[in-house]
Amino acid sequence: MTANARANILSRLRATTAQGSFAVPDAPAIAGLALNLEERIDRLRRMLETMHAEVWVVSSVAWLDELKARLRVRTLNGLLYGPGTPLGAALEAAWEENLPPLVPYVEPVEQCRERLFNVDAGITSTQGAIAENGALILWPSAAEPRLMSLTPGLHIAVLEAGTIFNTFAEAIDQQGWLEQGMPTNALLVSGPSKTADIELTLTFGVHGPKELAVLIVA
Amino acid sequence: MTKTADVVAFERNVTKALDDGQLRRNLRSAMTTLSQRRRALFADAEAFEQLRAQGQSIRRRALSRLPELLEQLEARCTDNGIQVHWAETTAEANAICLDIIRRHGAQRVIKGKSMVSEEMHLNHFLEEQGIEALETDLGEYIIQLDGETPSHIIVPAIHKNKDQIAHLFHDRIPNAPYTEVVEELNAIARQELREKFRAGEVGVSGVNFAVAETGTLCLVENEGNGRMCTTAPPVHIALMGLEKVVEKLQDVPPLLRLLTGSATGQPITTYFNMITAPRQPDERDGPQEVHLVILDNGRSSIYGDPERRATLQCIRCGACLNHCPIYTRLGGHAYGHVYPGPIGSILTPQLEGLDEAGVMASASTFCGACEEVCPVKIPFTEILRMLRNEAYARGESEHDVKGHGYRYTTVEALSWKSWALYNTSPGLARIGSQILGKLGQHLPMIGPLKEWTRTRTSPPFAPKSLHQLAQERGLDHDR
Amino acid sequence: MNDPSPASIPRPGKVYYFGTCVIDACFPQAGLAGIELLQREGVHVIFPQAQSCCGQPAHNSGFPDEARRVARHQLKAFPKDDPIVVPSGSCAGMLKHQYPHLFAHEPDLDEVRRFSSRIYELSEFMVKVLQVRLEDRGEPIKVTWHSSCHALREMAIIPYAKTLLGQLERVELVELQNERECCGFGGTFSVKQPAISAAMAGDKVNDIVQTGAARVLSTDCGCLLNIAGTLGYRQLNVPTQHLAEFILERT
Repeated sequence: MTANARANILSRLRATTAQGSFAVPDAPAIAGLALNLEERIDRLRRMLETMHAEVWVVSSVAWLDELKARLRVRTLNGLLYGPGTPLGAALEAAWEENLPPLVPYVEPVEQCRERLFNVDAGITSTQGAIAENGALILWPSAAEPRLMSLTPGLHIAVLEAGTIFNTFAEAIDQQGWLEQGMPTNALLVSGPSKTADIELTLTFGVHGPKELAVLIVA
Repeated sequence: MTKTADVVAFERNVTKALDDGQLRRNLRSAMTTLSQRRRALFADAEAFEQLRAQGQSIRRRALSRLPELLEQLEARCTDNGIQVHWAETTAEANAICLDIIRRHGAQRVIKGKSMVSEEMHLNHFLEEQGIEALETDLGEYIIQLDGETPSHIIVPAIHKNKDQIAHLFHDRIPNAPYTEVVEELNAIARQELREKFRAGEVGVSGVNFAVAETGTLCLVENEGNGRMCTTAPPVHIALMGLEKVVEKLQDVPPLLRLLTGSATGQPITTYFNMITAPRQPDERDGPQEVHLVILDNGRSSIYGDPERRATLQCIRCGACLNHCPIYTRLGGHAYGHVYPGPIGSILTPQLEGLDEAGVMASASTFCGACEEVCPVKIPFTEILRMLRNEAYARGESEHDVKGHGYRYTTVEALSWKSWALYNTSPGLARIGSQILGKLGQHLPMIGPLKEWTRTRTSPPFAPKSLHQLAQERGLDHDR
Repeated sequence: MNDPSPASIPRPGKVYYFGTCVIDACFPQAGLAGIELLQREGVHVIFPQAQSCCGQPAHNSGFPDEARRVARHQLKAFPKDDPIVVPSGSCAGMLKHQYPHLFAHEPDLDEVRRFSSRIYELSEFMVKVLQVRLEDRGEPIKVTWHSSCHALREMAIIPYAKTLLGQLERVELVELQNERECCGFGGTFSVKQPAISAAMAGDKVNDIVQTGAARVLSTDCGCLLNIAGTLGYRQLNVPTQHLAEFILERT
């Protein structure tokens, strides 16, 4: 059935049934944003905050202390992280007792579904960000799987300021997405999950995280 | 004049919708908000024109090479480990899904929002096979609870207000308290669905764009349910209409901006999910199997005609619904088909046949509001006119739309012939206008005049026509 | 379009006038007003007696052959190269933009295109070509404005109409809340989908009443027929008037 369907569909698409032509108009290239680093950080921050994300701009020296200080005042049952990444190693080295315990994501999801759905927070690194539309770029990986940024109520994303691009197109181009090949899953994330399905009233925290905190390490 | 079945059904729906004051208030308020948000995002008219020229160009370039791009998409996806299926009809697509679901022994599928699945009536089909299909998008969840279908392609429960949803949740969800607070209603749905995500067996989603160059499936969403459905279960089935393919990865950024901006005035949605492969051996989550079902269901016949092909440019943003004065008054259900509003009115008669849905093409004043906002510049009014022509075209028709000629009656054809004769015979017109001028308000209230005067006073036919007055004033009439 | 662009053709000595079938039958005074406004500017106006309807009703209703028959008749009625001025955005849109579509696969397409290129809506012609300056001699009045969809989108001539209105110093314009929304006329739509049409007209009339304006103005008598008919049926006393008549009355 499927083999026939494929052939039939393609042959119908290749048989033009009526006269006339289908013009493809040229579109002029659009000059994208061209902001300097400071402006990019500022725009990204503003856009993320508009979408109810919390943004902390911190120095590369102080970011861990800043993170710990902010987590210390929260009551969280754990922080899901990916061991074996630079971020994971830094966390392990610096972690203290009075902080939410680090929860490593090391087993396949089938063996730790309960833990993943019950942990309060997760922390991931990022592939970069886009100033124009205020989005983080995440490339979940074997070391930092997909659910880390989805099931916990609080998602903390650590972003290096130098990887904030002007536009999505610029990120694809400069990071060589095509050349290095697409990851199994690439994501743009612009805030905590939200919905406006009831009377267009915007509410945050639906099926994904209720909170998104972004540490921009500048 | 006898009315065709589609016209009778539509008129009944229209009466019902127009009589529902609550519905009209809900819709008016929502459509006003959505169009204001869109206008605020695309405030720079010139920049928007540039962007949508790009959108149009990208979509038309993709369509101009559609068969090649579909083959390329299939090849890339297959290389990446995504299993590609082709379905000529919705029945075939449903059978493909069922087969996958059965092979995994699943009793329940969790669904992200997909209009193609609505087109397939997938939920109904699966339920007949004893498989529960659970909608997880909040809007879809709401209408599924109420046994309804989406009334809008982007905000499916837009016809309901929070009081109606409060009652619905309280009545249908065990132990749900009665609340009209939107945040609390949202929390109830979150709680209900979280359990289902945890235990999900097969996830089903739509596809917003499929990139031929890389074999990547792109999904746009805000709630995280789409990511849940495509990440948590061991199997993910993605459903797409065959027109959703784009050529290059770099085609995605402008389309994404146009889609989210046109739909709800957002610069971007919360999540943009790009899926290129199933879970790799070293990875810990993600589905082990990803299936892509490419559905035709009449699209290839639209494609064959270059003038009709523009219908397939659509990226399903819903802006044409939000700005349509008719959709705003009726809502989606009155159209009686899966795709409502202007896009539904050009697409459905071509997919299902004019004899099924031709009346949708008459639900337009040609005001052009849809064309003005369409992010990919679909020539709505041209296609609507073509469909109206086809509805009356007997024998061989120029565009061969399914069901053409269904609305033809000798009486209507004759009346237009007479109209043409009248308007090409100055002598006849002179006599006609004199009679009209004399009879004026004493014309018999039949036919069109009867419809007109149901809610309006009779047209004020003047005693003397402009022709007469111009002549009396001695205006030069032909040199 | 924000600023009406400057003259695209030199000021002509004579023009054709296409009166439209709605004006011919129901609003001849509006038609005459348009003629007088042109004559006042020293333009010789020719009114071919053979003219009838632009053909839009058939074009929009699924009868292209009949629409073409009537269209060809207009082509013959306006044979010379002079500009054709039309006191309606909708009919002008048909003649200017729809004719080339209607004749896309016809042998006389070139002739049709030449004809279409000569079409001007009245207020567009007055501002763009004649560069009219109006002097208001009327009493102060509050009016509201109805943009016909085809004047607004297809012809994009609303800025010209509002330029003229803006020159009338003692006229206060109160805009409708939903000025860009259709009134529900749509030609044959009004009788083929009477319920929807009535709902739209009803909302438009509510919007009009809410402005407290003493008069509703428009470039399009088709819409005014719908709006006036609905106002009248509901016994609401807000007179409707074609822009040309309003201008002539006050200047």
